Amino acid sequence: MQVSFTVNGALVETEVEPRVLLSTLLRERLGLTGTHVGCDTGQCGACTVHLDGRAVKSCMVLAVQADGRDILTIEGVAVGETLHPVQMAFRDRHALQCGFCTPGMVMTALDLVGHLEKPDEAAIRAGLAGNLCRCTGYRPIVEAVADAIRDGGG
Amino acid sequence: MFPFDYRRPAALAEAIAAHGGGGDVRYLAGGQSLVPALKLGLAQPSVLLDIARLPELRRIRAEGPTLVVGAAVTHAAMAEAVVAIPALAMLAGGIGDLQVRNMGTPGGALANNDPACDHAAGVLGLGAVIRTDRREIAAADFFLGMFETALEPGELIVEIVYSLPRRAGYAKVRNPASGYPVVGVFVAETGDGVRVAVTGAGATAFRLPEFEAALAADFSPLALAGLEVSPDDLNRDLHASHDYRAHLIGVLAGRAVADARR
Repeated sequence: MQVSFTVNGALVETEVEPRVLLSTLLRERLGLTGTHVGCDTGQCGACTVHLDGRAVKSCMVLAVQADGRDILTIEGVAVGETLHPVQMAFRDRHALQCGFCTPGMVMTALDLVGHLEKPDEAAIRAGLAGNLCRCTGYRPIVEAVADAIRDGGG
Repeated sequence: MFPFDYRRPAALAEAIAAHGGGGDVRYLAGGQSLVPALKLGLAQPSVLLDIARLPELRRIRAEGPTLVVGAAVTHAAMAEAVVAIPALAMLAGGIGDLQVRNMGTPGGALANNDPACDHAAGVLGLGAVIRTDRREIAAADFFLGMFETALEPGELIVEIVYSLPRRAGYAKVRNPASGYPVVGVFVAETGDGVRVAVTGAGATAFRLPEFEAALAADFSPLALAGLEVSPDDLNRDLHASHDYRAHLIGVLAGRAVADARR
């Protein structure tokens, strides 16, 4: 099936089988390997990208479901060498160790920064519930998200 | 994943005509249950009809004394827009996780009818009506069993019609890994009585008449003191025994009443 969508601001038109996952298309067709596939069962959130501005797990979305829509991956978050404020907050708070979960964490954090009504610690932790990290114990990640929200890092 | 065709009809009538009632054609809404089922080979449709963007299925509106929620509104949009029933907004905002709520829909969740479906508790607790492309189905007639509903082959949920309660509350214990409720209890005080609906504990959502009678006399957590639920027919799995689920029902019913009284 012929699909077209924007990925990180650029128009992509390609032919794709309906059974291909969005995560597969991004990584294997478009070479955007910053979107990590951790579990491939919707548990870990490492594959999180934005679809029309909201965080989704790209291993739980068919590429054809994204037809005509706007996709943002971790590769489209920084501007050149300048990190996004959310990425800066992750760096400043040491909110990553091995880094495998980080792209998904940052994409979820971006959604939270834009949409959390009452951004206290409980709300941030609940917002991050779909992203697993096996290194940090989460505290520095929660602090990074809180910093980004406080500094208006949307 | 097995191969299948994918179509995205532009209008509701077109989608219904395209389905034609065939057994191996499946509607696709958010896909947060169906896509994992496709991966596992548990569902092997020949055609997926994507209804997630149909405008007829994406509205939330007031209709007389009811609130009508389109089947393909996302859980996240419901959490933000259903201000008339705060407990229902809270229920939608607590489903799964953020990413699931940004894709998943009440219509899809109800049609799937997982034994731990949050929306089932809301629909049964509020005495909602499921409006399909063919008829209206009362909540009491909709939930038949584990992953089993009154929907006929090819029947599509279009809207859910919720009556506005005087007050309502929802409380659950979530499985921290899956986000599904181990047990969830929805309590509503309405114009025609009190309803208490339980999800996660049995094969499908069910009501508790004894709890409802006690709360009709006195809508307070104290009214539930001494009431017990038999564990005999409740779910038991690696997450919780049936005895623990029976215990949780009493605890969560009390919390839901307290939530409704706030």
